[in-house]
Amino acid sequence: MSQAGALLITGGTVIDPVNDRTGPFDVLVRDGRIVAVEAPGRIEAAADRVDAAGCWVTPGLIDMHVHLREPGYEYKETVATGTLSAVAGGFTAVACMANTKPVNDSAAVTEFILDRARIAGLARVHPIGALSVNLAGRELAEIGEMFEAGIVAISDDGMPVADGSLMRRALEYAQIFDIPVIVHEEDPQLAGDGVMHEGGTCHHLGLRGMPAAAEEAMLARDLALLQQTGGRLHVAHISTAGSIRLLREAKLRGLMVTAEVTPHHFALTDDAVRDYDTNAKMKPPLRQQSDVDVVIEALRDGIIDAIATDHAPHHRDEKDVEFDAAAFGIVGLETSLPLALKLVREADLDPVTLVRAMSVNPARILGLEAGSLAVGMPADITVIDPNHAWTVDLEGLRSKSKNSPFGGWPMVGAARMTIVGGRILWPREGEK
Amino acid sequence: MTFTSSHLLGLEGLSRAELEYLLDSAESFREISDREIKKVPTLRGKTVVALFFEASTRTRTSFEIAAKRLSADFVSISAESSSVTKGETLLDTARNIAAMQPDCLVVRHPRAGAPHFLARYVPCPVINAGDGAHEHPTQALLDLLTIRNKRGRIAGLEVAIVGDILHSRVTRSNVHALRTMGARVRLIGPPTLLPPAMAAWGDVYYDLKSGLRGVDVVMMLRLQRERQGANFMPSLDEYSRYYCLTREALASASPDAIVLHPGPINRGIEISSEVADGHASVILDQVFNGVAVRMSILYLLSGRHRAVAEERRVG
Repeated sequence: MSQAGALLITGGTVIDPVNDRTGPFDVLVRDGRIVAVEAPGRIEAAADRVDAAGCWVTPGLIDMHVHLREPGYEYKETVATGTLSAVAGGFTAVACMANTKPVNDSAAVTEFILDRARIAGLARVHPIGALSVNLAGRELAEIGEMFEAGIVAISDDGMPVADGSLMRRALEYAQIFDIPVIVHEEDPQLAGDGVMHEGGTCHHLGLRGMPAAAEEAMLARDLALLQQTGGRLHVAHISTAGSIRLLREAKLRGLMVTAEVTPHHFALTDDAVRDYDTNAKMKPPLRQQSDVDVVIEALRDGIIDAIATDHAPHHRDEKDVEFDAAAFGIVGLETSLPLALKLVREADLDPVTLVRAMSVNPARILGLEAGSLAVGMPADITVIDPNHAWTVDLEGLRSKSKNSPFGGWPMVGAARMTIVGGRILWPREGEK
Repeated sequence: MTFTSSHLLGLEGLSRAELEYLLDSAESFREISDREIKKVPTLRGKTVVALFFEASTRTRTSFEIAAKRLSADFVSISAESSSVTKGETLLDTARNIAAMQPDCLVVRHPRAGAPHFLARYVPCPVINAGDGAHEHPTQALLDLLTIRNKRGRIAGLEVAIVGDILHSRVTRSNVHALRTMGARVRLIGPPTLLPPAMAAWGDVYYDLKSGLRGVDVVMMLRLQRERQGANFMPSLDEYSRYYCLTREALASASPDAIVLHPGPINRGIEISSEVADGHASVILDQVFNGVAVRMSILYLLSGRHRAVAEERRVG
């Protein structure tokens, strides 16, 4: 593995929206930072050369919503396996949710996660702290203490904040640290014991539904709170046409709200649940085509800011059961980029918008020194081959868990190289 | 035309010819139950395992009688007595039962899709005896057989299904089969138990009398008493006030309409005693036909299993 020496990435197409630079450029990296970006052939330097012909050279991709499961659920994933999965998928950084065991509601757990990430030495890890103590939805966690230890946002992801006054206080208090409050929008009573989207398919299958209104009603509440409190709200895994309408309207009014969508919510519909495939079970559930169309449009328009996977590893014993009994969630780090590239080919998503959604905006929302190829920035770079054809082999995934509905899917496009702080972390020696 | 599936998991997707074949086949088994000696050696040496993860007297007994009239050995396992209560997964249960080499597995499960899950792991035919709110194919087949016998046909009939449509596996199987056979379906119930998306299956009525106007067949559903706690209705009393099939309500149906009910009935809640015991009721004919339908399905599927097994031995 090349240590933080000098690297010259030549022959690729740079896509760097922050610096308004799209086209053929060479990029020189030294001592972990970007030191020059120049027209092809202009840079003269003693450096290892990376041939990026036919590839895109982008600021490192950031997945702002993953579950690394450590501490507590190491049988599903560890920081090491999750960050290996990340670099294999082209991600130089991930932000991990707090629903570990113990919950990340203290500086001690935040520091533990950061330690594990340092030992793994793969993708950068940015912990997200719990909003409430033990994710119980009652009292605020010690946000300041966690902020000093390194959290970049707070969230009770997975456990919707039912108490509106707690959400209000969180939105107010987080402003001390200028960090976003990330919300999993789901009214627990309305969602009830539903296991998929409520619509024609759930009635067909005899499965209990979760109505779109369970997400929309909660989002409407939080937008009303945001209007009152100020601060920053980030909507995790937005999934319905009604939510997009609320988001669009809130942005027009100038509210500080951002949103992410998962690849599965733009690549699949609730039709994937037919045959009771437990790898099509997640929250929020897969929606209908009319929702997917609106989600893709909002991504194209920039109304949705980010693509994030909600990478949720589960052991096969938790998925190889009846649909009702199966765990919610799927892994996503290694299929996110090709599914986004599919939108570039099939749904007119502009490659610049893709880079904004997968790098620039996550960096901006979380306040990271990333998302840009400006001289002086850390050398977090993804080299993307948009034409590489491959097939998803679940057993070949680097994640410890294999719970994906995309097994066997033909894909086009992959990360050719993932560079973090000037070090080539993907491909690893002997792989690819 | 024959029936070529290796399992009977549901009626969705079966063709009209396949359904007719199943009904004709069941018809031919009816006569055995009228004999003095109600037993034929057809499935001698075969083992039918009934795996019931949900309480059922009627369906399990019907399958048991059907299997025994065909001379099969019948083993019934209920969730209470099985290792499920000791924490065994459905997958492990399936593997263990498969290792005992049954010739046919009959499954009742409170979770939709559980029989489909089992069918992926056991080498023998699986018969769905009711999975959650999904399907109950043998019930719908016996309903269709009863309708055909009483009315002489299915195509062109107006059939009203009344009650807790949302949670009803009987409805789902019947809707698929009735529509495929050319009947017109109406769905009647309170909006809490009849969501708008179900309008794709039939004409929706919230009012019992207008929904029943001129229908040839009334299919009543059993109301689960626990629904009232979940605000699907204010009370059982109020439910029966609007949706109980009384003689008066039945008067708006066609004069020769027949009344079906999958049982067990809640007298005075979804059906009045005068109707349940009246001349329009064919509820006990349904029970009689249930045995014939299940004999026919056991015969078709276990017989096929034997043929496949023999082929394998020869091959």
